[in-house]
Amino acid sequence: MSADSVRGRTAIVGIGGAGWGESPGRSAMELLGEAAIAAVRDAGLELKDIDGLCAATSTHAFPTLSVAEYLGIKPAFFDGTNIGGSSFEMHLLQAALALEAGICNAVLICYGSNQRTAGGRLVSMSEPQWHEAPFKPRHPVTAYALAAQRHMHEFGTTREMLADIAVAARQWANKNPSAFERGPLSREDVLNARMISDPLTTRDCCLVTDGGAACVMVRADRAKDLKQKPAYVLGVGGAHSHRSIAQMADLTRTVAAESGPRAFRMAKLKPSDCDLVMLYDAFTITTLLFLEDLGFCPKGEGGRFVQGGTIAPGGKLAVNTSGGGLSCVHPGMYGLFLIIEAVTQLRRQAGDRQLDKCDVAICHGNGGTLSSQVTALLGSEAAL
Amino acid sequence: MIPIATPGPGPEAQYRAFLEEGRFMIQRSPSTGQYVFYPRVAAPGSGASDLEWVPASGRGTVYSITVNRTRQGSYNIALVQLEEGPRLMTRIEGVETAPVGAPVKARIAELEGEKVVVFDLAGNA
Repeated sequence: MSADSVRGRTAIVGIGGAGWGESPGRSAMELLGEAAIAAVRDAGLELKDIDGLCAATSTHAFPTLSVAEYLGIKPAFFDGTNIGGSSFEMHLLQAALALEAGICNAVLICYGSNQRTAGGRLVSMSEPQWHEAPFKPRHPVTAYALAAQRHMHEFGTTREMLADIAVAARQWANKNPSAFERGPLSREDVLNARMISDPLTTRDCCLVTDGGAACVMVRADRAKDLKQKPAYVLGVGGAHSHRSIAQMADLTRTVAAESGPRAFRMAKLKPSDCDLVMLYDAFTITTLLFLEDLGFCPKGEGGRFVQGGTIAPGGKLAVNTSGGGLSCVHPGMYGLFLIIEAVTQLRRQAGDRQLDKCDVAICHGNGGTLSSQVTALLGSEAAL
Repeated sequence: MIPIATPGPGPEAQYRAFLEEGRFMIQRSPSTGQYVFYPRVAAPGSGASDLEWVPASGRGTVYSITVNRTRQGSYNIALVQLEEGPRLMTRIEGVETAPVGAPVKARIAELEGEKVVVFDLAGNA
């Protein structure tokens, strides 16, 4: 099977979301279900058309079983790959392969979480690592703080540089009516916020929200006849590096440096072709690491790159135009929300934040503690 | 034939038993020279299954460090790079935090009722 058996052969034709922010009294499955129904309707399909299902959550051991039962569907293809927040970018690849192989005809990819109203803390099935547990790391923030500290040591990155990433995200969120955190946010606000795990303050950390998200994929020939402009899957690449942060070979270099080139090779594109850059921003440091590792700036230069509004509205690189996990929505596993924003921009439905030109979007998912990296390239018809 | 039982405790249990005896041991593969931590049944990557226990030098440097700030108080979490190569999660005792690169020395302590390896800044001993 060659790269050409994936590039442009399938497309996302429906997207949906539910309860982004705060949805008291709703379960994770209810939010997932609402998003799923919205995505199927958005595609102009019916639930009975769905014969493929991908799902991952942080609260369901057998997510495709739970979702299929809840929605009352009987998928012929199903994949519950769970590698944390990047699961959904990998689901794009699984779905593309299954569709192209003719195993199924319409795949629903979905997620839901009520972690904000369920207690306001990250709720996870993720098991502690025996050789870490006695020291009481507060993952994920401890791991990301360790990476940030190391990056500052090696490259002279400063807290101010990290703060500028949070500020840019907020400026985008202020253009997005679906963003949960809106309003002014200055560099000083970020620096003076409560320290959680040095050097990261509350404003260097993603939101803790509720939310459901879903998308529907079909083969490209069918996509053309459906009601929305298709967002074609051009390339997807993934990489694993570790489970425990203590086992990560170099805390300043993620395997986005491997997943990115795999995706770009499949898509026959390069970083400078991207009109929109959606990077998993669980913490300010992750945006910075992925800008470097995906080739948008040299290694070590991420901090200097983001200064002066480079990634803010009006800057030279459009990054996380929804407001990201830092200011829009982050219900635990955020990867699918990157895809929703990319499709919205590719369809030119992004309102005040719509980019003038958006034909190629990169969605980069991250999972665990910088553990799994999956890069997906999506494009409009012009990118085919 | 697949054996119906593997005798004796595995590497994780053996490591904990060494700590109970006051010994900080890590694994080494004689065939590859590779040191391994955390303890496993085979060396990661090569799959070499000739791992044997050797005393850790206890010498290392702070690879990275953070201070977890909670309502119940603050404590540091560090990754220490052992002189032998492997890295482990630990705490640097007796200080709020320490510079990245600082030399440190291992000591066995008790945390949450469990024997663990913590570190002190070298030279403070």
